[in-house]
Amino acid sequence: MAKVPIKIDGHPIEVEEGTHVLEAAQSLGIDIPTLCHYPYMTPYAVCRICSVEARDDKGWTKIVTACNYPVWDGLEIYTDTPRVRNARRINLEMLMSRCAQLPVLQQLAERFGVEKPRWGFGEDTCILCGLCVRVCDEVVGAHALTFSERGIFRKVSTPFDQESDDCILCGACAQVCPTGHIVMNDIEGRAVIHEEFSMGPNSAISVPFRQAVPNVPIINPEQCIHFSTGGCEVCSEACPKDSINFEDSDRFEEVEVGTIILATGFKIFDPSSLRNYGYGKYPNVVTALDCEVMNNASGPTGGRVLLENGEEPRSVAIVHCVGSRDARTNKYCSRVCCMYSLKLAHLIKEKTGAEIYNFYIDMRTPGKGYEEFYQKLLNENVHFIRGRVAEISDWAVTPEEEGKLVIRAEDTLIGAVRRIPVDMVVLSVGLEAQSDHDDVRRLFNISCGHDGWFLERHPKLAPVSTFTDGVFLAGACQGPKDIPDSVAQAGAAAAEALALIDKGHVDLEPNTAFVQEAVCSGCRTCMSMCPYSAVNFDDAKNAAGVNEALCKGCGTCVAACPSGALQQKHFTDDQIFEEIRGAFTYV
Amino acid sequence: MYDKHTKDKQFEPRIVAFFCNWCTYTAADLAGTARMTYSPNVRVIRIMCSGRLDPQFVLAALREGADGVLIGGCHPGDCHYQEGNYKALRRFTLLRRVLKDLGIEEERIRLAWIAASEGDKVQKTINEITESVRKLGPLKLERRGLLQAEPTILDTVDAAVSAPGGVS
Repeated sequence: MAKVPIKIDGHPIEVEEGTHVLEAAQSLGIDIPTLCHYPYMTPYAVCRICSVEARDDKGWTKIVTACNYPVWDGLEIYTDTPRVRNARRINLEMLMSRCAQLPVLQQLAERFGVEKPRWGFGEDTCILCGLCVRVCDEVVGAHALTFSERGIFRKVSTPFDQESDDCILCGACAQVCPTGHIVMNDIEGRAVIHEEFSMGPNSAISVPFRQAVPNVPIINPEQCIHFSTGGCEVCSEACPKDSINFEDSDRFEEVEVGTIILATGFKIFDPSSLRNYGYGKYPNVVTALDCEVMNNASGPTGGRVLLENGEEPRSVAIVHCVGSRDARTNKYCSRVCCMYSLKLAHLIKEKTGAEIYNFYIDMRTPGKGYEEFYQKLLNENVHFIRGRVAEISDWAVTPEEEGKLVIRAEDTLIGAVRRIPVDMVVLSVGLEAQSDHDDVRRLFNISCGHDGWFLERHPKLAPVSTFTDGVFLAGACQGPKDIPDSVAQAGAAAAEALALIDKGHVDLEPNTAFVQEAVCSGCRTCMSMCPYSAVNFDDAKNAAGVNEALCKGCGTCVAACPSGALQQKHFTDDQIFEEIRGAFTYV
Repeated sequence: MYDKHTKDKQFEPRIVAFFCNWCTYTAADLAGTARMTYSPNVRVIRIMCSGRLDPQFVLAALREGADGVLIGGCHPGDCHYQEGNYKALRRFTLLRRVLKDLGIEEERIRLAWIAASEGDKVQKTINEITESVRKLGPLKLERRGLLQAEPTILDTVDAAVSAPGGVS
């Protein structure tokens, strides 16, 4: 479309023909107040606060609304003349006669010098701007809101003022309402789509978390209005690069690789199974991960450690070994909890100055600088009580325990059972293998230990290899470990994988099967045995043959051969018979 | 083992164990590195897969003087070679029936599924089979008429199960 020259407050600018004056003014940074305007919707021009004066070079002049007045060649716009100010003032007074108490109108009144609206003070909260109706029609496409009645009775409502089945509870109307007239209510049995999510950003389109890789937003189709009504697509309009793709979906991609590194990680222990700790029952009993989220400066609390009521705790208990070193849950030590508990103790102490009680069985601080950190915390007056916590409850027996969580634990160093009232309890949960470890293990033909951690080929000689050639392990999927250890192991696994890639070929197992053709009777029993189809049959020779590239060397065919013609290198019948004889040459 | 109360020598069974390289053999290695102790009556022979176990190995072991035989393989579904342990189970079931017909007690041979991480199960299984074979006493094939200078019925079964080939 052709560009036309216009002037706004004397500033010349070229904009596309048909552009509204408001957009042109905004591109110059000129402020025009609006109430009923919102991007992504057709202008409505009912509030008339955006009134400006239009002129041409022949002396023609008119008050127009900037939001819906299209530009034309030679148009001159003035946004701050006495005539404009007067028009805005009159419109504002009329709005205030309906709803004078709205902060948004009072700000405008101050700006344009309206002290006493001549038609009185109204007490409504809806200025009938129609944004809610338009967003529901144009953007959401649900058509659940409309104007009803006429004249001074005109109002926004759902049809017949009934709860509307067309409403998808997206909250868009409340979002665009400039006055706060529309609020979202919880309706029994109908979940609000944009229910506040406590652990991260809340939007149908968002980057999952700050450090996400790749760092791009994704759409949650359960929350997205577009997937509910087919409308909206506001994100698509807003994106200058046209990167929004509503048709995209999860898909499987097949990639051919020569080596695989398994780094499937761990899951944290769910403490709700330990009823005596009250996780899930008392809101101020949190896991270490919840506490970590609170400590995160980019998290929902902006890095503040807060109780459920929004106040800072004055005393915090940190319970070690929850789901670790416990015959009821996991017998092993999760290795990382002592150190992260100390870190959380330090952070909470620093941020809130609260009294901190660590309940531990043994402090395990091996590692460079770790013991020194523990000593530092001892000097920071963090309390360390040696003993497993028996119970966390809100059952107060003294006045100072009123309204607090009471920790009951044996202090094994003084030999007494103690009751300690605190505001918040942090459970230092242990590390567990992923719940689908068995499926993954079967997929890659590797082994797991009792606890579900993947088994390395040898603890000392092949710590990142597995029983399947070309599959390597890195990180906590192999066992609980902290970040430095995971990084070191990942480096080792990458080096092993690179060595294999660099070599360019794989060494076959030497213990493949072979056929003594002279002895082979041609019965073909062996062929049905081989899971790799490595045994073939030569009709001319009337004898079986083994494809050494396919043979993995299990020897199942050898055991099945009735004539002894099939043998396995390094495991021939003769060799094993000799081993059996050798087993009885002593004792 | 020398019993200090009776001054008699307790019967020490000799047991041959065939362990799969990928699971039970590794588990036995793990039991060793974990310093688990188990009865010293078992002599372990490594095979790549329990599917490599030719039934004649078991018969040969019994003929050479074993009082019991233990076979260790991967748990069902976990075979390193996909299905070798199922074939071992098929052969084992048939072999045990043949041995039963010959009058050899079922408890003398045992097939156990032991994963690479189950060092404790190696210890437990070896101790169990040692004790159960100890209770049964020595195998004594001669007394059962199964081992003579002449070709015996055991040789015949041996031949029937898997005839000795060119190299064996």
